Amino acid sequence: MSEVLNSYPQLLRGAWLTIQITLYAAAFALVLAMVFGLLGTARSRLLRAVNRVYVEFFRGIAALVLLYWFFYALPLLGLRFTPLAAAVLAIGLNYGAYGAEVVRGSVNAVPRAQWEAACAINFTPLQRLRRVLLPQAFALMLPPFGNLFIELMKATAGVSLVGIADLTFRAKQIQASTGQTAATFVVILVMYFVIAQALQVLVRLAERRSDRVLGRRLPTRPAPIAATTGEVVSP
Amino acid sequence: MNWDWHYSGQVIPDLLDGLRVTIIATIFGYLIALVLGLVWALLRRSPSRVLNQAVRWVTEFIRSTPLLVQLFFIFYVLPAWGVTLGALTAGIVGLGVHYSTYTAEVYRAGIDDVPRGQWEASRALNLPRRRVWFAVILPQAVRRIIPTLGNYLIALFKDTPFLLGITVVELLGSAYDAGAHSLKYLEPITVAGLFFIAVSVVSSLALRRLEHRYATN
Repeated sequence: MSEVLNSYPQLLRGAWLTIQITLYAAAFALVLAMVFGLLGTARSRLLRAVNRVYVEFFRGIAALVLLYWFFYALPLLGLRFTPLAAAVLAIGLNYGAYGAEVVRGSVNAVPRAQWEAACAINFTPLQRLRRVLLPQAFALMLPPFGNLFIELMKATAGVSLVGIADLTFRAKQIQASTGQTAATFVVILVMYFVIAQALQVLVRLAERRSDRVLGRRLPTRPAPIAATTGEVVSP
Repeated sequence: MNWDWHYSGQVIPDLLDGLRVTIIATIFGYLIALVLGLVWALLRRSPSRVLNQAVRWVTEFIRSTPLLVQLFFIFYVLPAWGVTLGALTAGIVGLGVHYSTYTAEVYRAGIDDVPRGQWEASRALNLPRRRVWFAVILPQAVRRIIPTLGNYLIALFKDTPFLLGITVVELLGSAYDAGAHSLKYLEPITVAGLFFIAVSVVSSLALRRLEHRYATN
């Protein structure tokens, strides 16, 4: 165990790379999700078809297959990426497709009266989106985005298979050099768990903020509410 | 470099072998996930607080750590403790255990969705506990969650490529091996990707039909 803990600089470097890939890929996926998700709510049939093709294609293909394709197949066509860029592209494209469905669903879930009201006060389409629809849809998107964020972080472990020195890759190195198989894998499982919990805290903060901005409390976690009503004593 | 149709035709038999392994892993992994998920969900409802919280944290831990690392753990660590599994078996167990933590949440939601009146009625009829679960609650709960469970079947299928990390030659692994053999990766990996898309698009269409069928009742 101590040998594994002694190689903490390597583990930390790996963890940092894992976090970096997670954040870059999540940012890229978020942009893709917004663009293609909003296309899915468009009136034009062509734009909606673009959304369907993107979503079905990239949701249907496994992230790891996409990564292998970017890594081994594309260079043969003359397209070369740095390993990090290939990883971010592959994971971002994949999770962007899941995110686009979330965006589409959330924007469609905003009550239609809101849209009609925005039309009635003569908002331009852009104003409607920016001032009325998106702020409300955003609150609906956050919980599923939080789940996708964790899923994306877990998927980054796959990059170790193409030789990127993330946390999993470092663990395999340490395991090979120390022979401490059990200790190494237990340590990095715990590290991944800590990263996931930290990401969850970030999402919770964003949720609380968006609730405050909208001036409401969404029933995301019904348990505490039930507990407080249970404590209410009749006067 | 151009696309070589002849070569892509040549690799297809290898890829079909890989697809067979992928499907075997998917089916058996999913069976484990279905059964173990139900066990987690039922344990979560046990009156013992310790057991309850233990199950909660164990499933949370499994759910928020990468499948690949869990596969490494099962394949490389368990033999040291006397449990040696073949690569494919280890992969199936890993997939099953990982996805059981997802199906557990689905079961939990389904069980919570069963109207209270059903519980009260079974109590009023003085049914034994086992009959309450297997004849009243679960049949209603499972019916509602079939579409969601189906989604996880597709998700599990798309996570099978991780098995190549523990030397299982599944679909992506067979494509990679074929590419490594001839140093032409483009065709096998592209064809493997198309296989993945074909299977998941077809199965999500089937799922939508299933959803429709259970929604109307």
